[in-house]
Amino acid sequence: MPIASRIRIPFIHLFFVLFAIASLLPFVLVFIVSITDEQSIARHGYSLFPSKIKFAAYNFLFNDFAQIARSYGVTIVCTFIGTILSVLITALFAYPLSRPGLPLKRTLSFFLFFTMLFSGGMAPWYITYVTMFGMKNTLMSMIVPNLLLSAFNVLLMRSFFANTIPESIVESGTIDGASEWKIFLKLIVPLSAPIVATIALFNLLSYWNDWYNCMLFIDKAGLMNIQYLMTKMLLNVQFLIEKSSSSSNATELLSKMPTETIRMALAIIGIAPLLVAYPFFQRYYISGITSGAVKG
Amino acid sequence: MPASRTRTLWRQIKKYKALLLMTLPGVVYLIVNNYIPMYGVILAFKNLNYVQGIWGSPFVGFDNFKFLFQSPDAFLITRNTIAYNVAFIVFNLILALLTALLINEIKDKFVARFYQSTFLLPHIISMVVVAYLVYSFLNTDSGLVNRQIVKWFGTDAISWYTESRYWPYVLVIVNAWKNVGYLSIIYFAAIIGIDKEYYEAATIDGASKWRQMTRITLPLISPVIVVMTLLAISSIMRSDFGLFYQVPMNSGPLLPTTNTIDTFVYRAMVGFGDIGMSAAAGLYQSVVCFFLILAANLLVRRVSKQDALF
Repeated sequence: MPIASRIRIPFIHLFFVLFAIASLLPFVLVFIVSITDEQSIARHGYSLFPSKIKFAAYNFLFNDFAQIARSYGVTIVCTFIGTILSVLITALFAYPLSRPGLPLKRTLSFFLFFTMLFSGGMAPWYITYVTMFGMKNTLMSMIVPNLLLSAFNVLLMRSFFANTIPESIVESGTIDGASEWKIFLKLIVPLSAPIVATIALFNLLSYWNDWYNCMLFIDKAGLMNIQYLMTKMLLNVQFLIEKSSSSSNATELLSKMPTETIRMALAIIGIAPLLVAYPFFQRYYISGITSGAVKG
Repeated sequence: MPASRTRTLWRQIKKYKALLLMTLPGVVYLIVNNYIPMYGVILAFKNLNYVQGIWGSPFVGFDNFKFLFQSPDAFLITRNTIAYNVAFIVFNLILALLTALLINEIKDKFVARFYQSTFLLPHIISMVVVAYLVYSFLNTDSGLVNRQIVKWFGTDAISWYTESRYWPYVLVIVNAWKNVGYLSIIYFAAIIGIDKEYYEAATIDGASKWRQMTRITLPLISPVIVVMTLLAISSIMRSDFGLFYQVPMNSGPLLPTTNTIDTFVYRAMVGFGDIGMSAAAGLYQSVVCFFLILAANLLVRRVSKQDALF
C-alpha cells in the first residue's frame, strides 16, 4: 500500500466516525435525559453523563398510559390500512401505464404528471376535504389526504414494470386465456416483490411519521396519533394530564410530574419502534433510494 | 377528431377495458386530492364565509393579493423561503458530494454499508422527533448547548427560542443533518455506476487519487448533480413545513427568520382564519413554482435530454 493511502484511509474513517456520531448523538442524548434524575437536571442541565439515573419519567407515563396507548392504536391502524391501500392503488395505476398499446396512455400520464407541476395550495385542499368530504375528526383524514398516492411512486413503479418484466410474460398469459386482472395478480405481482416492498416501505414510513394531517383535521384527543401527541407534548408538557385526568387530581399530578424528563421519555416511547426496526429494513430503504435515483 | 379515429379509439378502449379500469381508483383519487383543490384556487379571489360555502361566497377580485403584497410579510416570507433554499442547496450539495466521494474510497463493503445506514437514520424520522432532538440541545434552562458547550466559549447562555438571529444557522445545520446522508446515497449510486476501466487506465497512467476524483468521478456524475440541483432550484419557493414549524417550536419571536411561505399559509388559515389570504399566498407560490419547473426542465433538457422530466 502506498504511503499516501496509508495516511488517507484513517482520515476517511475518522470523517465517517465523526459523521456517525453526529447522526446518532442526539438520539443518545434524548435517551439519557429521559432516564436522568429530575434533580440532577435542575443542577447540571442535560448531560450525556448524568450523576444520577432514575426511571421516574417512564413510571409516570406508564401510570397514565391510556392516551399513549390510544394514540399508538390510531397510528398503527392508519399505517396498516394506509400502506395496504396506497400500495394497491399505486400498483394498479402504474401497471397499465407500463403496458405498450394502452389507449389514452399519454392523457393518463399527463393527468398524473400535472399534479407534480401544479397544486391548488393548502387552503383549497383543506377546505375541499372538510366541506365536500366531511373529513374533520375522522380516521380517514389520516389515511386519505395527500398520503394515499404519490405521483413519484407511480412513476418509480411504472419504470420497474416497463424495464424488468419481459413482455413475453404478459403474452403467454394472454395466450393461455387469462384475464388482465389474473395476469396482473398471478404473474406480475409475484415478479415485482422488490418494488412492491420498496413502495410499501416508503408509504409505511410516511404514514407512521405523519403529524401534518392529524394537526389539520383532528382536534379530539381520542383520535390523535402518536406523532401529533408528541407535537402537543413538546409545545405544552402538561397536555397529557390536562387531557386525561379529571380536574380534581390534575393539580396533584402536575405537581408530581417530572417535567424535564417526561418529554424525553415520551419521545423515546414514540421513536422506539422505528429505531428497533431500522437495522432490519435499512438495507431495503437504501436500495429503494438507489433504484429511484437510477431509474426514476 | 375524425369519426374513424374516434371509432378506433373506442374499440381500443373496449379491448383494454380491464387495464383502464385498474387506473380508476388512482384517477378518482387525483381528482379528489389534486384537481378539485386546483379548481378551489378561486378561493384566493373570494371572501369565504362558511354559510355560503366555496361556490356561494362573494368574489372580491384581487383584494386578497393586494392585502398580501401590501403587508411586510409578503417580502419577508419570500426572502426567507428563497434564502434558506439557496443555503440548503449549496451546503447540502457540498457535504453530500464529499460524503459520496469518500465512501467510494472505503473498499470494505460491510463498513461502507454500516456508515451509510448510520447517517441515513436522521432521514427516516419525523420532524416532530427532530424538534425534540433539537430541543434537547437548545432548551434554554437545561439544554446541552447552554449548560455544557457555551461555557467553553466563555459566553452567556443564549435564549435560543426567542432570539431569531441564530436560527438561520440552526436550520441550515438541522436540514443538513437530516438530508445529507440521503443525498449522498443518491450521488454514491451514480459514482458506483461509473465504469471501473476509467480508473484502471488512470492508475496505469499514474494519476493520483485526487486527480481521479476531479478528472473522472466529478465530470462523470455531473449530469446527476445538475439534475438534482435544478430540481431543487425549481422548488425554491417551497419549504419543508415541519422544519420551519416544528423545529422552532412555533415560537413567535423567531418568525422574522423562520416564517416561510408554507408556514405563513398555514398560520393565515388556522391562526387568523383568513382563508382568502391563505389561498392567495398558496396560489402565488404555486404559480411561481410552476414556471420555475418549466424553466428548470428546459435547462435539464439542454444538459442531458434523458434526464428531463418531460
